[in-house]
Amino acid sequence: MSTVAAERATKKAAKPATMAQALGRALRDSLAEDPAVHVLGEDVGALGGVFRVTDGLTKEFGEDRCTDTPLAEAGILGTAVGMAMYGLRPVVEMQFDAFAYPAFEQLISHVARMRNRTRGAMPLPITVRVPYGGGIGGVEHHSDSSEAYYMATPGLHVVTPATVADAYGLLRASIASDDPVVFLEPKRLYWSKADWNPDAPQAVDPIGKAVVRRTGRSATLLTYGPSVPVCLEAAEAAVAEGWDLEVVDLRSLVPFDDETVAASVRRTGRAVVVHESGGFGGPGGEIAARVTERCFHHLEAPVLRVAGFDIPYPPPMLERHHLPGVDRILDAVARLQWEADS
Amino acid sequence: MTVMEQRGVYRPTPPPAWQLRTDPAPLLPDAEPYRVLGTEAAGKADEELLGRLYAQLVLGRRYNTQATALTKQGRLAVYPSSTGQEACEVAAALVLQERDWLFPSYRDTLAAVARGLDPVQALTLLRGDWHTGYDPREHRIAPLCTPLATQLPHAVGLAHAARLKGDDVVALAMVGDGGTSEGDFHEALNFAAVWQAPVVFLVQNNGFAISVPLDKQTAAPSLAHKAVGYGMPGRLVDGNDAAAVHEVLSDAVSRARAGGGPTLVEAVTYRMEAHTNADDATRYRGDTEVEAWRAHDPILLLERELTERGLLDEDRRRAARDDAEAMAADLRERMNQDPELNPMDLFSHVYAEQTTQLREQAAQLRAELEASDADDADDADGEENAR
Ligand SMILES: Cc1ncc(C[n+]2csc(CCOP(=O)(O)OP(=O)(O)O)c2C)c(N)n1
Repeated sequence: MSTVAAERATKKAAKPATMAQALGRALRDSLAEDPAVHVLGEDVGALGGVFRVTDGLTKEFGEDRCTDTPLAEAGILGTAVGMAMYGLRPVVEMQFDAFAYPAFEQLISHVARMRNRTRGAMPLPITVRVPYGGGIGGVEHHSDSSEAYYMATPGLHVVTPATVADAYGLLRASIASDDPVVFLEPKRLYWSKADWNPDAPQAVDPIGKAVVRRTGRSATLLTYGPSVPVCLEAAEAAVAEGWDLEVVDLRSLVPFDDETVAASVRRTGRAVVVHESGGFGGPGGEIAARVTERCFHHLEAPVLRVAGFDIPYPPPMLERHHLPGVDRILDAVARLQWEADS
Repeated sequence: MTVMEQRGVYRPTPPPAWQLRTDPAPLLPDAEPYRVLGTEAAGKADEELLGRLYAQLVLGRRYNTQATALTKQGRLAVYPSSTGQEACEVAAALVLQERDWLFPSYRDTLAAVARGLDPVQALTLLRGDWHTGYDPREHRIAPLCTPLATQLPHAVGLAHAARLKGDDVVALAMVGDGGTSEGDFHEALNFAAVWQAPVVFLVQNNGFAISVPLDKQTAAPSLAHKAVGYGMPGRLVDGNDAAAVHEVLSDAVSRARAGGGPTLVEAVTYRMEAHTNADDATRYRGDTEVEAWRAHDPILLLERELTERGLLDEDRRRAARDDAEAMAADLRERMNQDPELNPMDLFSHVYAEQTTQLREQAAQLRAELEASDADDADDADGEENAR
């Protein structure tokens, strides 16, 4: 089928779907296609996960394929390592960002480096799904953005969707990957909707590819996950100020798409990195440095960062002050009219 | 009057969660470590097996002394010796079928070798030329594991996966007494029991975690007792009695294979050498203790049994010693050759496909290597000219 025809067919059958539904569908299709795929985690069975992403999977595939585990993150990921050693493809659910920390030891000491330790003899195709980020009014330990920790660990892919189509496509690709993938699910986009046809899911770009979500000429917003819609909104608002902003959705933090990012920044000459996690030691520093190294002669201004504050994630009633919003992004854009003495 | 005494007034209707789910009695370990050698049970032991254990123990002891010598010559970065613990190492390897899996800790090189792994391949981690020198799937031996107890959940996951696939594969995972305090030990035992995974956990209680003695590690009556809380049997065995360790582990493996679930085995043994060559054992233990254990040496115990039963003559002793010397000579010779390392391998196995970032870094290293090769060539020319 031609792309145009495929798109037409997709649109015809498309209905509004949430990101959570698309993720669930990706799990379902992966389970159905490959008997090696196994889903495990806390409450993923009868409950369908606290975000209902695994809804119905145990019913359809049985407890051996979608398994309620004891409440122990290191145990969940550690047993997944053994399962992968025996040829299975475990998809592990960590219930919330900050509850994945007990599993760090397994992730860093084994999952990330088993391929390397064994000189390629024993890759571990494990997908670790981590709901992350704030904006849902969660109590303490339910809103962390932990991507910098994962990014700093060689051997892991780090992926985060911002659209319903990407949620499906990237999760399918992650499960099919022979490398371990930390799949970061932006909690506050779980209920975001888009027209989407589950029976003819659109092909998405592969892991490692960034996508230009909005083209523009004045400056580039480099962002991912929960901040993508915020940046798109900021770009619309910026039109009134006479700014035509390009928005790049990184999609994959590791591997990083230097090419798409550098091409965009070279076109616009200005860039702002936007993310929820803290700025200090955060992903933005790495991204800004990479952009500067590649685009120095094209830059009209320093690469700026709009990030969460460098504080432990705040209580729900204060989180709106912490999260990068449209105004903070527009302020940064204004500062891009850089003058050496300013 | 307490509430409980007010019969007829307070009548709780216990929900099912109030009832014990397992009779704890059969799970409890014996009060004394189980022994075979020097007891009546020895009469029933298979003579052929005793002979095999003897040969393997002698070989294992020689392997340990040779590897320790190699650290002194700088050929091994470090070697955590299992001298004194050979009965556990050897029995762990011998109770497994070929399709089964062994999950060793960093001290269990000998178990891997007794399972048939090439001694040089088994030593790459400790030599420093690569982390794992063998294909774990080919030998069904997980990589030697340095973080404590983290290999235990792997064993559970693998055994579980095998059972899901319908294979009657058993995983045997080894851990030290110190490792039983780690969270991963708990999580692994709990998962194994809940899933009834075909796993055998072997704790080698060798008295110390580096310098910390057992009584500062745990307040449990024995490490085998820990099994009870998870709902699996705990077995206590004399870790220097090769026949006893073999029997207890065999039973546990058969039980697991038959669908009976996991077992925790504590083998009480002693670490005769320091923790590694970097450790000074005189700081935390005295000679009298070490000497007492020397009298309970695993080779000595088995020799005594075999001799008393007329199963060990000078020829057999010599044959075992000769085999061990041949192995040691071969090991020495091969370990004295410098491994050939290719620095470009650094980038080969990080991901299935190299990222652009890694490709760039690989190019950088390649250029550095070529430049230094060119420098070396220039230097050589210079030296030639100067002569
Ligand atoms: C998670 C972790 N913490 C600390 C260490 C450092 N360390 C290496 S061996 C050791 C003691 C282990 O004792 P035990 O489990 O009794 O095993 P043994 O060395 O006696 O065989 C320690 C603390 C480690 N390897 N892993």
